[in-house]
Amino acid sequence: MSSTEQWGAAGASGGTTYELTHLQVLEAEAIHIVREVAAEFERPVMLFSGGKDSAVMLHLAVKAFAPARLPFPVMHVDTGHNFPEVLEYRDRRVAQLGVRLVVVSVQEAIDAGRVVEETGPGASRNRLQTVPLLEAIEGNRFDAVFGGARRDEEKARAKERVFSFRDEFGQWDPKNQRPELWNLYNGRHRRGEHIRVFPISNWTELDVWQYVAAEGIELPSIYYAHRRRVFPRDGMWLAETPFVTVGPGEEVEERMVRFRTVGDASCTGAVESTAADVAQVIEETAATRVTERGATRADDRISEAGMEDRKREGYF
Amino acid sequence: MELLRFATAGSVDDGKSTLIGRLLYDSKAIFEDQLESVERTSRERGDAYTDLALLTDGLRAEREQGITIDVAYRYFATPRRKFVIADTPGHIQYTRNMVTGASTADLALVLVDARKGVLEQSRRHAFLASLLGIPHLVVCVNKMDLVDWSPDRYEEIRSEFRSFAMKLDVRDLTFVPISALHGDNVVERSANMPWYEGSSLLHHLEEVHIASDRNLIDARLPVQYVIRPQDQASAELHDYRGYAGTVAGGVLKPGDEVVVLPSGLTSTVAAIDGPGGPVDEAFAPMAVTVRLSDDVDVSRGDMIARVRNRPHVGQDIDAMVCWLANEPSLRPGAKLAVKHTTRWGRAVVKAVQYRLDVNTLHRDEGAGGLALNEIGRVRLRTTVPLFYDEYRRNRATGSFILVDEGTNNTVGAGIILGPTAAA
Ligand SMILES: Nc1nc2c(ncn2[C@@H]2O[C@H](COP(=O)(O)OP(=O)(O)O)[C@@H](O)[C@H]2O)c(=O)[nH]1
Repeated sequence: MSSTEQWGAAGASGGTTYELTHLQVLEAEAIHIVREVAAEFERPVMLFSGGKDSAVMLHLAVKAFAPARLPFPVMHVDTGHNFPEVLEYRDRRVAQLGVRLVVVSVQEAIDAGRVVEETGPGASRNRLQTVPLLEAIEGNRFDAVFGGARRDEEKARAKERVFSFRDEFGQWDPKNQRPELWNLYNGRHRRGEHIRVFPISNWTELDVWQYVAAEGIELPSIYYAHRRRVFPRDGMWLAETPFVTVGPGEEVEERMVRFRTVGDASCTGAVESTAADVAQVIEETAATRVTERGATRADDRISEAGMEDRKREGYF
Repeated sequence: MELLRFATAGSVDDGKSTLIGRLLYDSKAIFEDQLESVERTSRERGDAYTDLALLTDGLRAEREQGITIDVAYRYFATPRRKFVIADTPGHIQYTRNMVTGASTADLALVLVDARKGVLEQSRRHAFLASLLGIPHLVVCVNKMDLVDWSPDRYEEIRSEFRSFAMKLDVRDLTFVPISALHGDNVVERSANMPWYEGSSLLHHLEEVHIASDRNLIDARLPVQYVIRPQDQASAELHDYRGYAGTVAGGVLKPGDEVVVLPSGLTSTVAAIDGPGGPVDEAFAPMAVTVRLSDDVDVSRGDMIARVRNRPHVGQDIDAMVCWLANEPSLRPGAKLAVKHTTRWGRAVVKAVQYRLDVNTLHRDEGAGGLALNEIGRVRLRTTVPLFYDEYRRNRATGSFILVDEGTNNTVGAGIILGPTAAA
């Protein structure tokens, strides 16, 4: 948002109304949260996958400390099943900002036998991310981990606090959450425990896109419509990649698609779309009748409680 | 588009989940896959109808037991406003959940079952809303279909609620007769209640005026973080020193004469940066960075205010405290960590002056302590001075939390009444 557009109402001469738009309020809230963590924790880290939510979160974090640099590193949990466009974007962003990137490799964890790859239909590396993530948090002694999760994404997330306490096993106890009042966040913890922090908790998918548009935030190209070889599985379009086996009866064809979320390439589906730029994506998002996770994440369809179970174990 | 945060409260079965489900459904915030999943669950449970309440029940235990445990946040938007709902469950842990969900709300929506009328719980909800300083209270008299859309019944409930609310500090009280199940007066005005002359619930939520609820008089900037890029960036930033924080009240402008607390040193605002660049004015809840013309020492936990309009500075404070912990209870002599604005300190409980019966508003002066979900007037002494205003005047500088130093849990919510009166 340009400064005149953003704060225009307040800056106008004469009857000032002191009103902020919903995006300005959400932006201020997120910046407040990020600053609070930087001030109160010794070793924070921000998860950065290259997806749109983490891109927006990183953008907000950069603003929170401007003109100084980001005072903490970013971390990517790399399942090894990536879209090359996303990795390329990740590395470019990190280089632009001059921040340190910690990469946590799920492949390495598999190779070392610390986690066991799932097999069979519907196998994915999504759940496997938890172990290396927790190892990295412990190994780096991170005490606060920023995540780009939003409460509108999923029912279990709708109940999670902005500052979400994790015990020394990285577990979330949904029935025993700290009350969270006003903007007085309580990040106190003992050594070995940590806090997950969600600065964009109150943003919806549409808010994220509107903010991307207002701020001109660059995203990986796969968020916009492009031609891609895909095949239908479980009611969504999976991309043909080296990480999935096209089964008998599954037919690969080229279609105009885009991704609404970006995760492990083996379980993140595309939607058919002709939205080639931000404005068109916003139009589509405002009109869509299916949630982004329902449309595109096989991992969340496992069961009604899929996300809750993974979160309890220490997932994002 | 403006953002409105509201909290919902109601006793079990008053129809809160149905109402929220309907607001989400009618504003198209429910997606097909969510609806399908709810329909599937309803079928599997053998419900006779699709239970829209399932849309708002997030956790496994809740689905299994058919109850709502924790505060859940929901989002929807109309062309006029974007809404954040804090959905607070009505039974166990009620106070704890409601203060968590409602502390930042602009508006509280309380449901009353038209057949049952104003219950003890309805009174408690209204009291908590007023204690938390929520400026707008909307009472939805629900299930009007079950009382034959009777204007008399509605009037009866309204006058009873009003007479109770008179004893409270409620600035704006509105009543809407509805049927959440059938949608009457939820989005559209109902043809079944032509005698009702007000607006539909959604229309009211879209129109209620909230911009003037903020304190635009007492300029307050609790310093959150000091930005000093000198060791990394260009020479021109070498002397840059910005005080970052979220404006907690009033309006700050470049050129304003300000005082920094606790040092008491004065300076002038040289410039204010918002997230999008320099701004002419900063007001709540903007997150800004302020630069001063003088090289004064400022750190996190300090407060920037106008020279001629300062907050209270003190260590002896009277507050209403809502106790949120099972064990131990709050007793005189207890020592706790306290967080107020961006400042941490320790506090000792000097006295529990009374415990309030939230149903009758009776003050029990012999209570001696506060147990889980109890509210009372407490006298505290803090190790560091706090820079505060009365909560009534400013929710951001008038609130604090109490934290158990052993478990690190948040155990108390504090609403500042003012400095301890001289004995
Ligand atoms: N007749 C009628 N029933 C309603 C109305 N609103 C809710 N109910 C029913 O009341 C019961 C409790 O509603 P629910 O939304 O689960 O209540 P909650 O416990 O407050 O969330 C359900 O059987 C609803 O279908 C209404 O306006 N009219």
